[in-house]
Amino acid sequence: MTQAAPLADETLTPGVRGGAPSSGLERRLDHLASLEAESIHILREAAAEFSNPVMLYSIGKDSSVMLRLAQKAFYPGKIPFPLLHIDTSYKFPEMIEFRDSYTGEIGAELIVHQNREALEQGANPFVLGTQRCCGLLKTAALLDALAAGGFNAAFGGARRDEEKSRAKERIYSFRDSHGQWDPKNQRPELWNLFNSRIEKSESIRVFPLSNWTELDVWLYIHEENIPIVPLYYARERQAVVRNGSIVLIYSPDELLPGEKVQWIKCRMRSLGCVPCTGAIRSEADTVPKIIEEMISFRRSERENRAIDHDEEGSMELKKREGYF
Amino acid sequence: MLTFEASERSESLAAFLEADLQKDLLRFTTAGSVDDGKSTLIGRLLHDAKAVYEDHVASVQKSKINRSGGSFDFSLLTDGLRAEREQGITIDVAYRYFSTARRKFIIADTPGHEQYTRNMATGASTADLAIILVDATKGLLTQTHRHAYIASLLGIRCAVAAINKMDLVDYREEVFARLHRDFFALASRLGIPSVQCIPISALAGDNVVRRASGNMPWYSGPTLLGHLETVDFRQTRSLDAVRFPIQYVIRPDLRFRGFAGQLASGTLRSGDALVALPSGQETRVKAIVNFDGDCEEAFAPQSITVQLENEIDLSRGDMLVSPSYQPAVSRSFSATVVWLHADPLRVGKTLLLKQTTRLVKAHVRRIRHRINVNTLQHEPAKQLEMNGIAEVEVETNQPLFLDPYAASRATGSLILIDPVSNATVGAGMVRETIVATAINQKEGHFPSLVTELGEVTAEQRQRRHGHKPGVLLLGDRRPLAKSLEQALFRNGFEVVILDASSLAPAMLCTLLGSLYGSGLLVLCTNASLGPQDLAELPSEAIFRLSDAISTGTPNAGTDKRVTQYALAFADKLRLSPKSDPARRES
Repeated sequence: MTQAAPLADETLTPGVRGGAPSSGLERRLDHLASLEAESIHILREAAAEFSNPVMLYSIGKDSSVMLRLAQKAFYPGKIPFPLLHIDTSYKFPEMIEFRDSYTGEIGAELIVHQNREALEQGANPFVLGTQRCCGLLKTAALLDALAAGGFNAAFGGARRDEEKSRAKERIYSFRDSHGQWDPKNQRPELWNLFNSRIEKSESIRVFPLSNWTELDVWLYIHEENIPIVPLYYARERQAVVRNGSIVLIYSPDELLPGEKVQWIKCRMRSLGCVPCTGAIRSEADTVPKIIEEMISFRRSERENRAIDHDEEGSMELKKREGYF
Repeated sequence: MLTFEASERSESLAAFLEADLQKDLLRFTTAGSVDDGKSTLIGRLLHDAKAVYEDHVASVQKSKINRSGGSFDFSLLTDGLRAEREQGITIDVAYRYFSTARRKFIIADTPGHEQYTRNMATGASTADLAIILVDATKGLLTQTHRHAYIASLLGIRCAVAAINKMDLVDYREEVFARLHRDFFALASRLGIPSVQCIPISALAGDNVVRRASGNMPWYSGPTLLGHLETVDFRQTRSLDAVRFPIQYVIRPDLRFRGFAGQLASGTLRSGDALVALPSGQETRVKAIVNFDGDCEEAFAPQSITVQLENEIDLSRGDMLVSPSYQPAVSRSFSATVVWLHADPLRVGKTLLLKQTTRLVKAHVRRIRHRINVNTLQHEPAKQLEMNGIAEVEVETNQPLFLDPYAASRATGSLILIDPVSNATVGAGMVRETIVATAINQKEGHFPSLVTELGEVTAEQRQRRHGHKPGVLLLGDRRPLAKSLEQALFRNGFEVVILDASSLAPAMLCTLLGSLYGSGLLVLCTNASLGPQDLAELPSEAIFRLSDAISTGTPNAGTDKRVTQYALAFADKLRLSPKSDPARRES
């Protein structure tokens, strides 16, 4: 029976993320270094093989990590593709502020796209419901923006551990000419060999963070000092409690009849649109405290997003239509 | 999972972060058939390791479906897609993530029904360890053999047999002892070096995360999770040499040229000598450039950017390697192929092949035999159906830089793509190059047609011969080749005949490359070379009998006519046709 002792001989070399040499055996990277190496490989591979890639930039923590990985992948060159933000116009003002200052600072090219037509017709989640609102302001807007830019590959920050249907998503996720995903007809994906062959009008969604967990993302943000939107940190904020979740209030027009604003010390676990993304009560005002909170909470982060709970399998349905 | 008491706060938080950052990552795959209780096992593992979010547990409790026969259906924690829930089967590889105080884990959960081979090969391709489920009430089945075989084929070196449903055999030690013996025999036959058998009940939770001392006092080994947390899954290094496939060239301005890629094997330090393939040019590492500052050393599988000391010809698809131990450079090799697509593999059909960062045209020249995954017997085969495994001979239009899969997963693996449908249709593991490459290794040259072989330059050779080299493809006209040889020789050309009828394509290319590189006119007969094969040569250096015949002139194919055409072709290769008449015999 071959059962070796725990890896007692493994120590870390300062400065270099990875394991120490040990004769005759492979050297192992620690888990973040291993994920980083894989993600950078994916980013470079897609940038090399697709004529016109774009990076979906959602401004959230996962996007921040993906952006840092792209900086590393092409250093000392600039990121060789633009960033695309689908702006529903219902995003938190802090997100937009952060987006503009940070992308400017790192010299990334930013494209902002809105479904103007739907917005002019007054699309909002209160009238349409989250499903239809997301369909118009996110999914349709995304497909329009991809078509308008002629992008044949789009990087997204989705992780397989976020939600059950994402567990089966490929790293290179094939989309037909309507941007749709067919979960039963995915290309097999072996080793780190990705198939980038597509016809005109077809595209690939590329997920460099597929194998990262929420904790990995936070650990990496901590290790790498990656700037994130301040909404992730707990602070006293003006909010109301609506259907059991904490909704931030930026102006009195956002109040529903009978609601009253209160100061709540809270933070966002994931960033979406103001009306549909709830905050959580929290004292975590630093990254280590967020990590600490996370490991004691044990609740999945998408729980506070209304859209996943509309019906069983709702995320899978949205993804089939082209949602990220 | 991650237990963390609020009272221990900041000090232990720092300690936790420190410890967590040092954890390594074990990727494993799970194999089992529909009724082995695999989903239940994974659900149990995740649940008992506290790696399942409370809201997921709540949504399972709320669900209308419960197939488990127990109060809680653990399999629902992992079955992701609607179709699967409706049909009660898992149709595709799903990846799960969890972490304990000691390690991080990625599970490639592979479903066990008719598309099994394809899914398991996919899951196993990135895994270091395989859990193979064995139903204690049934013993080792055909599928157990299949699972263990695929794991060994994909290069997994640690196998765990989880002997499940021990509750249904009254937790009897003799049942476990028999299966333990059987599984060890199987693993040793397949050459899997690290093996562990663990008696469990996924339904009851025995020996998965919690010890089942009450039910199985006779078992003193680790629990399944205990084993996963401690097993040394590092592979013995079989390839120390550097393999660095160039993935992307970073060129922000004229001063900087960096070669980016994921180190496939070996360790790289600044100052190290390297050889570039296919050019054969020598170089040295000037710096390993990093976003966080240059680093002295990098090792596989890190993604790195390298600056070289001299300007050499290097682009995506090329490879930097250790000068002392180079990969085989070959267009012809044998491989074990797993077929992934409903349209079967056909001999001779043109496919695309991706290996490291190289994409080339390829076809399967011959199926040596199919491997029956249930009996491991070799069977003759004319084609290969989906989920079939076969040993085949592959030929490519460009050379690949290859190591056997057994020595290096990264440079010995390949995928096959249908050029029409763009589907990924096959996965291959390189066994060996078909033409002995020892000569190439020793001499440091490769069957690339334009490589200079020695110290004498092409110009020097051309000056001596008075002409540039060329290749004349004469089909099966051997008598014509002989008369042409005389005619060309008389007219001052250095000329040689190469008959390809008994040569493997890679050997033909090596010879053709050598002769061409020596500045000769090569009269080549019986060579089945396509336009792609000679793509490296300038078109004015190639004469094709078929082109001469297709001019439409009457009697174009006669020896006399072809000789005229060939002499006219050769005259254009002269350095200065009129200036050196002394070399001509009148």
